[in-house]
Amino acid sequence: MAGAKNHDYHILPADPWPLITSVSAFVMTSGLALFMHDYAFGTYLLIAGFLGVIISMFSWFGNIIKEAHAGDHTPVVQLHQRYGMILFIASEVMFFVGWFWAFFDFSLFPSALSEVVDGQWPPKAIEAVMNPWDLPLLNTMILLCSGTTVTWAHHSLIHGDRDGLKKGLWATVILGVLFSALQAFEYMHAPFPFGENTYGSAFYMATGFHGFHVIVGTIMLIVCLVRAYKGHFTPKQHFGFEAAAWYWHFVDVVWLFLFVAIYIWGGGDAPYHSA
Amino acid sequence: MATTATPETLPAHEDAHDLHSHADHKPPFFQRWFMSTNHKDIGTLYLIFAIFAGVIGGAISGIMRAELAAPGIQYLGWWTTFLGGDGANFDETLHLWNVLISAHGLIMVFFMVMPAVIGGFGNWFVPIMIGAPDMAFPRMNNISFWLTFVAFCSLMISAFVPGGTGNGAGTGWTVYAPLSTSGSPGPSVDFAIFALHLAGASSIMGAINFITTIFNMRAPGMTLHKMPLFVWSVLVTAFLLLLALPVLAAAITMLLTDRNFGTTFFDPAGGGDPILYQHLFWFFGHPEVYIMILPGFGIISQIISTFSRKPVFGYLGMAYAMVAIGVVGFIVWAHHMYTVGLSVNEKMYFTAATMVIAVPTGIKIFSWIATMWGGSLEFKSPMWWALGFIFLFTVGGVTGVVLANGGIDDNLHDTYYVVAHFHYVLSLGAVTALFAGWWYWFPKMFGKMHSEFLSKLQFIVFFVGVNTLFFPMHFLGMQGMPRRYPDYATAYELWNWVATKGYEIMAVSIVIFFINVFYSLIAGKKAAPNYWGEGATTLEWTLSSPPPFHQFETLPVIDDKAGAH
Repeated sequence: MAGAKNHDYHILPADPWPLITSVSAFVMTSGLALFMHDYAFGTYLLIAGFLGVIISMFSWFGNIIKEAHAGDHTPVVQLHQRYGMILFIASEVMFFVGWFWAFFDFSLFPSALSEVVDGQWPPKAIEAVMNPWDLPLLNTMILLCSGTTVTWAHHSLIHGDRDGLKKGLWATVILGVLFSALQAFEYMHAPFPFGENTYGSAFYMATGFHGFHVIVGTIMLIVCLVRAYKGHFTPKQHFGFEAAAWYWHFVDVVWLFLFVAIYIWGGGDAPYHSA
Repeated sequence: MATTATPETLPAHEDAHDLHSHADHKPPFFQRWFMSTNHKDIGTLYLIFAIFAGVIGGAISGIMRAELAAPGIQYLGWWTTFLGGDGANFDETLHLWNVLISAHGLIMVFFMVMPAVIGGFGNWFVPIMIGAPDMAFPRMNNISFWLTFVAFCSLMISAFVPGGTGNGAGTGWTVYAPLSTSGSPGPSVDFAIFALHLAGASSIMGAINFITTIFNMRAPGMTLHKMPLFVWSVLVTAFLLLLALPVLAAAITMLLTDRNFGTTFFDPAGGGDPILYQHLFWFFGHPEVYIMILPGFGIISQIISTFSRKPVFGYLGMAYAMVAIGVVGFIVWAHHMYTVGLSVNEKMYFTAATMVIAVPTGIKIFSWIATMWGGSLEFKSPMWWALGFIFLFTVGGVTGVVLANGGIDDNLHDTYYVVAHFHYVLSLGAVTALFAGWWYWFPKMFGKMHSEFLSKLQFIVFFVGVNTLFFPMHFLGMQGMPRRYPDYATAYELWNWVATKGYEIMAVSIVIFFINVFYSLIAGKKAAPNYWGEGATTLEWTLSSPPPFHQFETLPVIDDKAGAH
């Protein structure tokens, strides 16, 4: 019995990537701190650390895929992964709570002390806000649509329709990229600057962090697409895909809150600006 | 507690397991300690790291107590030379004080108590107590440790780069704006903020790991209502971490963009509000204080039960009291902010909500006492520490009820009364629970019996020291001495001198601690699987000391009848 594993849990051998990832993250944050204070070598550290994190994630997640194919992901291990992803998304929700908290503080109680805000919302310095029924509405439709295409891909996968899986994922990825492109276009043509007052701070940081999450979600879906072409995923076991889909839906829901709170309600009576 | 595994249900190889058998195959040194995927090794790393960080954080408080022993500035100027100052610049000298109080707080909270109770004892004993072979995500467990380590490095770097009027981040552990934004132009505060980001990522991953492990990896028969209370405490703590830390991450990211990219979240000129930062910080910060103490509650429950040879009185009440503390802990945050200009209604709400927490906390205190009532008490050293905990934590708890009152807090806010209060619950509560857990499990973790005499001696010296150190601070606070200043009016001289003497006594107890640790590791007798006897019923006592590298390769089955409580 010695050394015989009589359970379904995944006992892992020693692994270098946690240490490498941590050190890379440390190099990245230190580089960013120095970069922000105009130390020349900060930029190099930032780039080196960032590359280290990306390489680590690539290798680490690649190993997980190999282990899945080796049959290490027993039903209970798959359950771990489901719990892990749900809890990770729960923590992400709380991260956005922080940004919404700031937004509602500023919009419900606009500062009378500040000349640029002058007790109004949107602040006095904001001459026009984004027209929510223009690009933001289009973006809402794009994200909602991408939610259905990813479900199309999922159901195709479950029913063994590999072609549908690829088509659904392609459509989702294209919609995701389109969303990010339209957000970038919107930022470039926005009638108010980044920062400077509470509107420019809350708007760009909240929608910007959402945009960052969209990009991360799109990368996850692209990985799924590549894996679909490589013949990965079975109708019974495809948690990598499901995790990406869950994350995509989470990003979608955050957008709906942003759209309603910041774009529609948060615009108040300010004149609309069309990009 | 309801976790007895009867001998029949135990896998045979767990009894008196030979350390060097095939099942105990350990990787070579570098792989074992730098690339670990083993919950016990990672737990050991966390404990070593926490002791190391605790020595640094404790040494910093030694500098502070030496400075405060008498009115006037004595040593601070000299110490600035260590951070690259010239020792003569008065602004720099005062800035150093801010750096010291900030570093002491951040190190003790994020790099001593949390790594020790959750990373150390949680990692070591949560899987074992639920009958699991390891944590759910062993690699993520390791990155949690190394992120804590690099976060500490980032905080250390922050001390040696420009901050405000000198080197180092002098913002207090709360990093309040505007001192942390326009008040600290140098990169130091950015390094400190990134230290919090890295430590926060570490803790969130740790929380995900613990919750998944506890929900999915309990041995057959180990229902939630049979889990040892230490496991319950870590479960509640993990939820607090998971939901509170991301809000801190958002808040300090706002600090970062305010500092470097022109946003105005906390800048009144752009319509922002420093009070918003305080709300966001304390929405994290209040659950954080329960994150530090709840695992201590769990440890104390195990010890009291073991040395009373009785299951804990009111097991379910104890478990759900912790859940209640965790839930209510999220809706009391503004009691840290009574003096910022909250309306009377807000203060009334936060006063009432805060006092509600005394109910589940009272359930815990009285249930520990009721556990001992009629028990077959045995006063081994962990029991001394546990009894000390109950007394010291209760003192901190009742001053907490005093401070919960918005009206009274108007007078006591930011005085030494508050310093006395939170040191009673943390350095006398959480740290006493840490030492209790350490001497309860030391032979289990390292296979060598410690000296009961030295542990008890350490307790006596520690108990006398910390009370001499912190009890006078109540008087200082009620006399109006403000916290976070290196100098004070001569009226406060006596009790400050007494407090510094208390620090010296406490420091002796730490020396005794290290003597005991090294003595035990070198000359301690080999520890039996269950060296505490029949009162110790949780699963770690069914394993050898130290447990095999991979325990429970055949899962234990929890006996229903033995589990009745």
